[in-house]
Formats: sequence, structure tokens, C-alpha cells
Amino acid sequence: MTSIKLAKKLTKKFGKACSEPGEALGEVTIEVTDPSRLVEICEFAKGELGFNYLVDLTAVDNYGEDPRFEVVYELYGYAHFCHLRLKVAVDEESATVPSVISVWRTADWHEREAYDMMGVTFDGHPDLRRILMWDGYPYFPLRKDFPLAGKPSEMPDVAFTNKAPLEGGPFVTSAGGKDTTKREPRSRTAEISSSDD
Amino acid sequence: MGTTKEIEIGDSAARTAGFVESEEGELQGEKMVLNMGPSHPATHGVLRITLELDGEVITKAIPDVGYLHRGDEKIAENMTYNQFVPYTDRLDYLAPLANNVAYVLAVEKLAGINDQIPERCQYIRVICCELARISAHLLGLGAFAMDVGAMTVFLHTFTEREKIYDLIEALTGARFTTSYTRVGGVARDLPEGWTNKLSKFLDEVVVNFDESERLLSRNPIFQDRTKDVGVYSAEEAIDYGMTGPNLRGSGVEFDLRKNHPYLVYDRMDFKIPVGTKGDCYDRYMVRIEEMRQSVLILRQCLKQLPKGEVNIVDGKYSLPEKRKVLTSMEELIHQFILVTQGTNIAPGEVYFGAENPKGELGFYIKSLGGGTPHRLKIRAPSFVNLSILPHLLPGHMVSDVVAVLGSLDFVMGECDR
Repeated sequence: MTSIKLAKKLTKKFGKACSEPGEALGEVTIEVTDPSRLVEICEFAKGELGFNYLVDLTAVDNYGEDPRFEVVYELYGYAHFCHLRLKVAVDEESATVPSVISVWRTADWHEREAYDMMGVTFDGHPDLRRILMWDGYPYFPLRKDFPLAGKPSEMPDVAFTNKAPLEGGPFVTSAGGKDTTKREPRSRTAEISSSDD
Repeated sequence: MGTTKEIEIGDSAARTAGFVESEEGELQGEKMVLNMGPSHPATHGVLRITLELDGEVITKAIPDVGYLHRGDEKIAENMTYNQFVPYTDRLDYLAPLANNVAYVLAVEKLAGINDQIPERCQYIRVICCELARISAHLLGLGAFAMDVGAMTVFLHTFTEREKIYDLIEALTGARFTTSYTRVGGVARDLPEGWTNKLSKFLDEVVVNFDESERLLSRNPIFQDRTKDVGVYSAEEAIDYGMTGPNLRGSGVEFDLRKNHPYLVYDRMDFKIPVGTKGDCYDRYMVRIEEMRQSVLILRQCLKQLPKGEVNIVDGKYSLPEKRKVLTSMEELIHQFILVTQGTNIAPGEVYFGAENPKGELGFYIKSLGGGTPHRLKIRAPSFVNLSILPHLLPGHMVSDVVAVLGSLDFVMGECDR
């Protein structure tokens, strides 16, 4: 079984939802024209065609074109050793594609990364947070309109810690007076020191 | 009376279930959140994991990566293909040579010149990859053993790594930041007498493998810490996209060098070691055996190494001889264009994955023509291998985290890019 044969099976099944397979540099690419059926297509690719390994998922910014973004899925099957690439075009206004986390669990971090770097959101992802940049970072650095030198932004508070408490913290025993069960740090509720004291 | 309880359940998930059942009621305490990393000796860099604990059993693990993010992919879009080679050194900085090779192979596939690379160059690249694999596995093994309490192995393996660094220094001029490959070839040929030094090293290193293995493989403490710890099945491994020894440890016999041979791997006679259970101990065994297979491959390379050019003879891809640049017009133009604008590559897109020490290092490159890529995505094996942690860690004890992390053998430079 070759990649092109598997790809033809996929296009035969889904007809208008995807383009005819294109072959270049020894690799087969299918463009999914109807993103709403993406999950269905991926489930078919995994279940029926045996593409059980999602090698990579990434987003490309074709700045100045419409639709602006492109999400690229590299699929592989351990049973037939064939590779297949799926591509979905994403317009700038919605910038959303359905998440394939229900098909391959490895899509979790890949989708978070694509969101973090390119600002494409994945509908249905249970925990779509930034992964490489910190929470609350305002830009999407891999977009073409983001300058190479970067933009100034505020550092998150978590980068700085308060001074360690000498006593009263959750892990510090205070000596004297009470019996051991009372002195035991875990028996107390933690007194969290605020930054101004 | 009779408060002592023997715990005999081997399976960690069952153990946790047992704990949760038996401790319900008044013994059920509050869960505690423990922060591990980003600077913790067992996290091998700057990985941070937030662990939610019930007693000493992990109920939830949230890895936090990105502390070492340098924006390599953004940088790549702003420079020529050859200029990015030094950045690949800094991905998996324990095996820079293997990254160099994987990257240029991807670019060559995109340019469509992968079948024109001279044979000698291909052999040299295989030597680079396998030397890097031994070096990376030696470190991974030493650090893993030290994390679970066996200090001596670390000293043993580092003695050998030092010799590898001497070899790499003689070959490339640098010990860590090798930047050895170029699109269409390598920076320079093997220095004189280098192959003899390499074969002498190979004879020494196999002795060291045996010594290290004797310290660990049948060591009861090591076995207690690693057997039946961090188990995931072949299905889980594939579902989470695990690659390299972490995949083969679970019994999937898959190796890109064998299943999709690049360079001259199809001429090499070697085996793919696989595990059976998919625990930390299996992954350790796979790595040990992989190093032995690498030695076999290196010996075959030394035997078969042909003479000839190490660079593609095409002025559009590799720099012409200096002598010709100074005397001939055409070569001067090639030199000028290559240095100022870079290798001109036709529009297209390509994905190439290579079997690196940590797993499948892949490059997705999209070109719109010209000397710089439009998009270069690095599929980092460490990044994907770490994504199994939230699924794998719950049910383990805190001390098992160290063994699991050591056995996954990741590098944050590559994970965070």
C-alpha cells in the first residue's frame, strides 16, 4: 500500500470536503477544503486507513494572502509505513480549526504550541493555554507581522518571588509552648504572607 | 494491633487505587501541591512540573515547559539555510552532530539534491550520527543512573564521552557547537589519522558498556527503582507520539534508519533493540543495546568508507574551491551569490524526520523560493516525549518521578527551541 493509494481512498470517501491528492518531492498532500469535517476525516484516516501516528502539527502564516493561515498535519502509519500530509486553510477573522485531540492525544501539546506561536485556536481543545511563552503574553511571535527583534511586554509576576518567611510559613515549625501536634506545620492553616509585609 | 501492612501490588495504578480506597473516611487528607523544578537536578535543565499529591502518591501532574524558548523557528525565517546550521547545534546539545545532519538532510530533500550527495560525505554523516548517538546515550545513561542513586556509572560514562569530545574536536574544531554539515556536504573532510583514532576508541568503549551494564542491569536497587515504574503500552506510546528508545522500549519495532533508510543506512547491518514491558528498565536496556549497535555501524562505516569528494560539485549549492574563486569568473559569482543570498531553493514544502538519539527529529520546511525558508518547524522529540507526563505520572510515588524523567531522556534545549 502506498501513500497515494491511501490518499485516493480518503478523497473518494469525502469527495468535496477535500482536494485531489498532490504529490511532490515524494510526499502526498491533501488539502481539506471543508474544515468542519476535519475531525471526521482524521478519524477515518486513523481508523480505516491506519494513520495511527500524528507526527507533527504546525501552522503557517501566509501573510498578505487570503486565507491567511494554514494548519499542516503530518500523518504516519506504523502498519503500512506511509506518510500523508493534510492541510487546512484558516482565515484570519475566525482563525479557528476543530481540535483533533480526540483522534490523537499527541495533538494536545502540538495544538497548544500552534496557538501560542501563531494565534490559531483549536475548537474543542480542553486546555488551550500558551505553552512556550508565559500565560498572559499579548502577542503571537511566529506571525509574519511580529518583528524579529520582538516587542516589549510586561513580565509576569511569577518571575519574581516574595522573600522566604522565617517563621509562620507552611513548612516551618515554631518552637516552644505548644505540644508537638500543634507545632506540626501541617496542622496549621498556612499564613500566606502578602508582598507588602 | 496489626497496623503494619504489606504492599505487594506491583502495578502502580492498582497501588494508587488501593490507597484511595483504604484511606477514604477520616484518613482522607487534603491534597498537597508540590512544585518540582525549574531548577531541580532530576529535571535535566529547566522543566517544571506541578505535582498534586495525596500523601506520597501523585494524583495530577502539570508539566510547564518553555523556560528555554529562544524562538529558533522565527530566527530561521530570517536567515539563509546554511546560516541556520549553528542553531541546530543548540537543539539537542548532547548530540549536535546528529542535529546538523538531520537539518541539512531536510534542506537537501527540499532542494531535490538528496541523491547527488557524494558517497564519502554520506558515510561521514553516518559516522557523525552514530558517534552523537553514543555520546548522547552515555550521558542519558549516566544521568539516569545518578538520579536513581548510582553515582559510579556517571563517572564511567563521562570518561568515554570525553574521548568522543576529543574526536569531535579533531573533526570539527569545536567540542560542543560543531556546526559541521553544510547543504550539499560537510564543512571539511576527515582529518588525517582520524579513522584510526576512532577505531581505537570503539575498542575501548565496548569495554565501558560492559562495565556500566555490570553496575546496573542486575543491581537490585536499580531494578527496584526502574522495573514496573513508568509503564506505558505500545498503543499509548503511539497515541502520544513517542519516538526513539521511548517508543521501542514499549515493544514497537520501528526505527527510521531501518524503515526509511536515509544516507547509507540501508547498507549497514544492525538490529533494532526493543523492550517488552515499556517500563523505565526496558528503556534503559534499549539504550544500552543501541549503543552497541552504533559501534557495529561505525565499524562497518570505517571498513566501507570510500575515497572522493565530500561536497556536492555544484556551485549553486556548495562553495567552490578558493583557488577557483580567485581565478575564474563563474566560481566567483557562485561564491558571491551563495554567501550573500544563500542557496536558492524552489518553492515547495517538505517534511523530513531523522532517527536522532532522543527520537524522531523532524523538520517541516516551506519555501516560497529564494535563500530563506518561509516557515521552518522543528518537530522536537523531547517536546513530544514529555507530553505523556500528565498521563504517565499519576499513580506513581514522588521518588518515581526522578526515575521516569531519567528514563525518558529529554533535553530542554530541544523541547523549548
